[in-house]
Amino acid sequence: MYIDRRSFLKLTALGLLALAAKPALDLISKPAAASALNGLIAGKRMAMVIDLNVCTALDGCVDCIAACHRVHNVPDIGNRKEEIKWLWEVGYNQAFPDQENKFAPEPLQDRRVLVLCNHCDNPPCVKVCPTQATWKRDDGIVMMDYHRCIGCRYCMAACPYGSRSFNWRDPRPYIKDIEQGYPTRTKGVVEKCNFCEERLADGLQPACVEACTSGALKFGDLKSGTEVHSLISSEFSLRRKAELGTLPQVYYVL
Amino acid sequence: MIENILRGGRKYWLLVSGLLLLIAAGLAAYLQQWNTGLAVTGLSRDISWGLYIANFTFFVGVAASAIMIVVPYYLHTAKEFRRILILGEFMAVAACLVAITFILVDLGQPARVLNIILYPSPSSVIFWDVVVLTVYLLLNIVLGWVALDAEYKEVNPPGWLKPLAIISIVWAVSIHTVTAFIYAGLAARIFWLTALLAPRFLASAFASGPALLILLALAMKKWGNFDPGNQSLDKVAKIVAYAISITVFFLLLEVFTVFYSRVPEAMAHFQYLLFGLDGHYGLVPWAWASVLLACVAIVLLVIPSSRKNHGILALACAAVFIAIWIDKGLGLVIPGFVPSPLGEISEYTPTLIEILITLGVWAMGGLIVTLLFKVVLNIRQGNQ
Amino acid sequence: MYDKGKIIGGLAIFLCLASFPVWYMAASGKADYRPNPVLPASENQCVESAQYMKEYHMQLMQQWRDQAVRQGDNIYVSSDNRTFDINLTGTCFKCHTSKADFCDRCHSYTGTAPNCWECHNVPPVNSPPQGIQ
Repeated sequence: MYIDRRSFLKLTALGLLALAAKPALDLISKPAAASALNGLIAGKRMAMVIDLNVCTALDGCVDCIAACHRVHNVPDIGNRKEEIKWLWEVGYNQAFPDQENKFAPEPLQDRRVLVLCNHCDNPPCVKVCPTQATWKRDDGIVMMDYHRCIGCRYCMAACPYGSRSFNWRDPRPYIKDIEQGYPTRTKGVVEKCNFCEERLADGLQPACVEACTSGALKFGDLKSGTEVHSLISSEFSLRRKAELGTLPQVYYVL
Repeated sequence: MIENILRGGRKYWLLVSGLLLLIAAGLAAYLQQWNTGLAVTGLSRDISWGLYIANFTFFVGVAASAIMIVVPYYLHTAKEFRRILILGEFMAVAACLVAITFILVDLGQPARVLNIILYPSPSSVIFWDVVVLTVYLLLNIVLGWVALDAEYKEVNPPGWLKPLAIISIVWAVSIHTVTAFIYAGLAARIFWLTALLAPRFLASAFASGPALLILLALAMKKWGNFDPGNQSLDKVAKIVAYAISITVFFLLLEVFTVFYSRVPEAMAHFQYLLFGLDGHYGLVPWAWASVLLACVAIVLLVIPSSRKNHGILALACAAVFIAIWIDKGLGLVIPGFVPSPLGEISEYTPTLIEILITLGVWAMGGLIVTLLFKVVLNIRQGNQ
Repeated sequence: MYDKGKIIGGLAIFLCLASFPVWYMAASGKADYRPNPVLPASENQCVESAQYMKEYHMQLMQQWRDQAVRQGDNIYVSSDNRTFDINLTGTCFKCHTSKADFCDRCHSYTGTAPNCWECHNVPPVNSPPQGIQ
């Protein structure tokens, strides 16, 4: 079929315009970004404060970890290679490697520190996700969309805290009692602590905060007047790897 | 033109059958991985990238190296590269496809891979890597095929081919720089957080790619009745010599920075790689083998008499290829994860399934190279 | 045409094989089979009309998914102005209490295998659903 150059160029231009029409329309018709949740617990910047002075992890308490993993159907794979954990405890020097000080008081050095996703205000994991399967919500919670995750594990490489776990296999056989009220995940997706966003929507505190019997865990909006705000503005607190600029929102009161 | 892949002798069909067998084994292994999940690999919560991503990184470099032939030929009119130019471009096509396939086999949910395109994420370097790799693949397919078609018809290639080749030069630098940025932008992984990573990638790519091209050209000479020309081979070998020397130099720069400043976190990763850490020595023999092979190769390539001896040249090129495969593959990916962000040390050993899948993907690349080179061979022999 | 016999014969065989599903089902009487999902006893109107749900339930669930998961909005207003909680287990499975008797009936017939249940829990539900799902 013969077509001269001018007609060809015109056709191509029309074709490209047609292809651009839907994305352009989507761009201008996108609804405004999500406003506050319909639930009771909402805010501008959610954060958690962990008071290491009262936490009884050193005595073997794992109430928070057990509650979190039960409520969210976190499987117990049974080996370190494939383990999935949203909340766990490590030694003081592991949590705060930049606080190298061999003359620090012994009680401090022996402390067990709870670690979890820090829901950073400048999250590197969100930056690197190629599908936006992880994103930062308006209230600061770093969310996971298990439907969209392609399992590339770039976010795991980008997280400076090692907070993320991957489902190397189908997790269901490794969940003792599936909590029907919350979905499980499937193989091939990354998961992590979600600050119990589904509980916040129902006006409940995060499972770990509720389960803690020593009152070491506090959660809330960082605006002035709240408990978390007064805690961190009146006591000395540390955050993990603060020098990296991720602006982590889990504060450890020492 | 493509019907030429069906015209070959006994050795050709033996090679093709062998490669198809390896691909079949790889597919069978991949089926296991598809059904069970990535638990069948040696990857773990701490070391979440391994053999697949290592190979991806390495082969993006091989793909980018085609410009080491394109630049002299198109920009410096080094006519002696004419015969091997198209081999370089087709090798780039195969390497590109191998790199992309390694990403696909590494994904936990590969059926959702189109999400990268459906939900573009400009802040993610992987998004840009998909874009640049796709364009580069298309560029090289067009460049190679159109040039071959012109050769087949014994006419000059169309005028627009040269500007496209110039674009491919810039683009080749971009694909490997973007791949380096995947690593170099992560504040979490101090082993990769260096501005020198992209130059290291480019230098090692420009050594390993042309080294592979020399090996392929020598193989074609021995078994395909194809003469790449001693002058062009020697020039490419010199390029490899320069590039591998710069690669080793860059590595020494990294070593100095880390071990002179003695920042503990930075040192730990290099210590694990080169000397072992806390009783874990898995990568140490590989690292030193890589260094040794590179140094031997430099000597062999710099001395003219050994460079011009094709037997020794082949050995030197194989040494370069293997040395850089180690250095840019597992020697890059694993130390980035060890120690973990919490200071924990674990090791990574690929499983049999991982190795079979890797071999299968390599065989796929080998098959593409074999088929495309066969077309080139048949056309050139037909034209004689 | 050349080789008329072979070509027409070949075409005839091809058409027979290609249309095998149609005439085999007609002949064996299986064509009359219709899937019969067990409808819930409690309600007789779903979130939308039955016809709409038959055609668009997948699109509706994807819309629910994006609205609830990505925008944090878990209230759905149906076309006849009833409000529902966007919650697979708490809303959909409250009435459709058996996957085998409802969902699978059509899915097996059509040969589709949606992977929703790899994550979302299949009824019977033994604990109250929490928040957004």
